[in-house]
Amino acid sequence: MFAEDALELRREQSAERNTLSVNFGGMCLRNPTILASGFLGISMDLFRRLYKLNAGAIVSKSISCSPIEGYRNPTIVSLDYSSYLNAVGLANPGADAFSEEIRENDNLPIMVSLVGSSEKEFPILVKKFDRLNIIGYEINLSCPHVAKMGIEVGDDPELVYRIVKATRLHTTKPIFVKVGVGNTDVLSVASVAKDAGADGITAINTLRAMAIDIDTGIPVLANKIGGLSGKPIKPLAIRCVYEITKKVGIPVMACGGIFDWEDAVEAMLAGASAVQLGSVLATEGLSSFHAICTGIQAYLKRKNAKNVMEIIGLAHKY
Amino acid sequence: MHTNINRLRIVKIEKIVEETPTVRTFAFKDVASSNAGAGQFLMVWIPQAEELPMSVMIWHEKFYAAVTVRKKGYGSTSLYNKRVGESLGVRGPYGNSFEIPKNARKVMLVGGGTGLVPLLRLAIHLNSTRIDTTLIIGAKTHSEVFFEKLAVKCLEDTNHQVVVTTEDGSYGIKGQTTEAMLKLIGTERFDTIYTCGPEGMMKKILDLASASLIPVQASLERYMKCGIGICASCCIGDKLVCKDGTVFDSETLSSLSEFGLEYRDKSGRKCKYL
Repeated sequence: MFAEDALELRREQSAERNTLSVNFGGMCLRNPTILASGFLGISMDLFRRLYKLNAGAIVSKSISCSPIEGYRNPTIVSLDYSSYLNAVGLANPGADAFSEEIRENDNLPIMVSLVGSSEKEFPILVKKFDRLNIIGYEINLSCPHVAKMGIEVGDDPELVYRIVKATRLHTTKPIFVKVGVGNTDVLSVASVAKDAGADGITAINTLRAMAIDIDTGIPVLANKIGGLSGKPIKPLAIRCVYEITKKVGIPVMACGGIFDWEDAVEAMLAGASAVQLGSVLATEGLSSFHAICTGIQAYLKRKNAKNVMEIIGLAHKY
Repeated sequence: MHTNINRLRIVKIEKIVEETPTVRTFAFKDVASSNAGAGQFLMVWIPQAEELPMSVMIWHEKFYAAVTVRKKGYGSTSLYNKRVGESLGVRGPYGNSFEIPKNARKVMLVGGGTGLVPLLRLAIHLNSTRIDTTLIIGAKTHSEVFFEKLAVKCLEDTNHQVVVTTEDGSYGIKGQTTEAMLKLIGTERFDTIYTCGPEGMMKKILDLASASLIPVQASLERYMKCGIGICASCCIGDKLVCKDGTVFDSETLSSLSEFGLEYRDKSGRKCKYL
């Protein structure tokens, strides 16, 4: 390659960085595509690969104080090519092993997802990670298939307040709270999280759902009930993002059925500062980050926008 | 008709073969499975018990496939105890397959136990393309040797030899597969070595073959939850056995420092192979 071509390429690359870079909730990311929690999030080697493949940030699997083996298989049911049902049971290596795993991290934008059942556990978790090179936390209060650790917590606004407050007291890093659609209105949960000092919200988690095999009549998941993800939940995610950003006024990462750049743009028009990718990785593979970034880039060019942040919440005026 | 391989398909067990006192093969009709590549696997649902990743075993009837299981833990024993007429669920086949280089003329296959399953599927391809094939079957003892006759039958149209090693010397050559392999590569020239079995054995094979500049393709077996590239239970280095594998070549295997040494348990913690 000639020196001038190389220079041109570098210019293009840096232009792309400038167009797609986002700044929200105390985080500055090179692009708004983020690995959602629960997917692939246990290995530093995989994080490096995802970053090379253009992930703007990475959210780990939800980490608890002690390791969790999770439920027996089947833990994942593929419903078709674009929706999945899972009841993994918050399987994770635990705070000690995971902090060891990411100890060497120097430049990867990693958010650690935390899970627990009381406000006492979160400060313990934060102590394990706060001195490591991570960009923030996501508190998972909405797993739909583990008793006492998930949506039961998220459905209790007082407990949400105590957990976020306790975490806030122990870290200055950004805290995002992942909410789900449970029995308590998502807006009141988001609002309580904001009052307790959260920097942002991730919306939404999977939805309680199940699948039964009609030949045998047996529920397929070992846990019978799991969480639905993928395309069917996207409109619900868009609604939650729209309402939370408009009515609560807090940065939101959209999560739920984001499969292509059109979905990503829609979520950002609804108010999302970034989008999290999960189920699409099973369908389309790890190249999804790059594909969605490229699509957003082209959209911005057509709309004469200099930076992706210009489109955040544009639908609010309607 | 196009099959969405991700959707669970219910199949009926039609035949059961007793391979050894602890190993059984279960045959069922399923077109997608019958067309699996050598090294591809199915996620096999044993209703109300488990779902296990299993390499797709060959079966002599058209549109049929099989799985071969050794009873060990809860899941594998639940499958082992299934009877003719009972149902299983399958999805897949997933993953990549062994490749046969264009100029290959003579190859070696080394397998232990149920690791022979993908190698037999490969043997059928080697047989039809008339590639000179040496198969080494390893077992602890005589009663644990299986698939020997079937392997010979799979290779009947091509120049072949099937060598059996047992650790206690009760049958075939006394010793390990790697010792027999070392002897053979010292006297004959092989273009590629294919292997599937315990990771420690495959690691040894990789080291020995690399020293003699023979390329290796190994099919890896790991615990999996999803089989479709999202749970990371099967990760080794930055690779996913379910999506990037199950088959890896020498170059990739050499770059994976965990190969033959460490795996992830159900919680995702790294554990050492014993």
